[in-house]
Amino acid sequence: MRDVRDALMVARNTDGKLVRRPLSPHLQVHRWPISMALSILHRASGCALGVGTLLMTWWLVAAAQSEEAFATAQKFMGHPFGRLLLFGWTVALFFHFCSGIRHLWMDSGRGFEKAEYDRSAWAVVGATVVLTVGTWIIALAFG
Amino acid sequence: MAGSNNAPHRDMMRSPLGRARGLGSARAGAAHWWAQRLTAVALVPLTLWFVCGVLRLHGAQQHDMVAWLSQPLPLVLMLALIVATFHHLQLGLQVVIEDYVHADGCRMASILALRAACVLLALACIISVLKLGL
Repeated sequence: MRDVRDALMVARNTDGKLVRRPLSPHLQVHRWPISMALSILHRASGCALGVGTLLMTWWLVAAAQSEEAFATAQKFMGHPFGRLLLFGWTVALFFHFCSGIRHLWMDSGRGFEKAEYDRSAWAVVGATVVLTVGTWIIALAFG
Repeated sequence: MAGSNNAPHRDMMRSPLGRARGLGSARAGAAHWWAQRLTAVALVPLTLWFVCGVLRLHGAQQHDMVAWLSQPLPLVLMLALIVATFHHLQLGLQVVIEDYVHADGCRMASILALRAACVLLALACIISVLKLGL
């Protein structure tokens, strides 16, 4: 034992021999089950939406400021880079929206059976794609 | 739920002050958790409404914004959306900070800065919407 903390890792096996307890492997060696990916993405999309609120604030403040300021903001949103930001915003928004509803459902204590848990996770992914694509079809068709 | 067998033991493990306050290790009881769920539920319909509203304003000019927000319902819903969004954002990002910033002073400073940013951004949005709509 090099360290007192090692004492916690030493045990006796059935023969009475001293053995070191195995260490639990860290994050990077695990598979990425869908539930884990969704949990991480929920937080990431929440942070992304925080950045997205800056876009919304700019849009509203520009509208209140002057006609020209709003025209500039609208022009930026129509520019390919602005469109890319808006697309990212819709993906993050719809993902966080669907995943959030799943979390609310699980807060009620339901949906924790493994099969159900995985099914609802894939439903979140599917609903995100449908909502995002649907929104952009409407936006581009009527734009 | 915790069985009644656990209750005496649990009470023994808590300090009298901790028991009186009933706020646990998070120091805020369930208030933060509950507010986050409350704003989440409010944001479900509000977000869908907002996305539809933004889609309709595609390529709009300033007077279209004025026309939209001059109606009572869009104005009220927009204000509700702003309040719920920034409150939810502040609560969510606070948890992220609490998870990853370990130094006490730095964590407190980050949370205060986050609060300030969220309040100021929300106020900017509210004033803008009111200026357009009223």
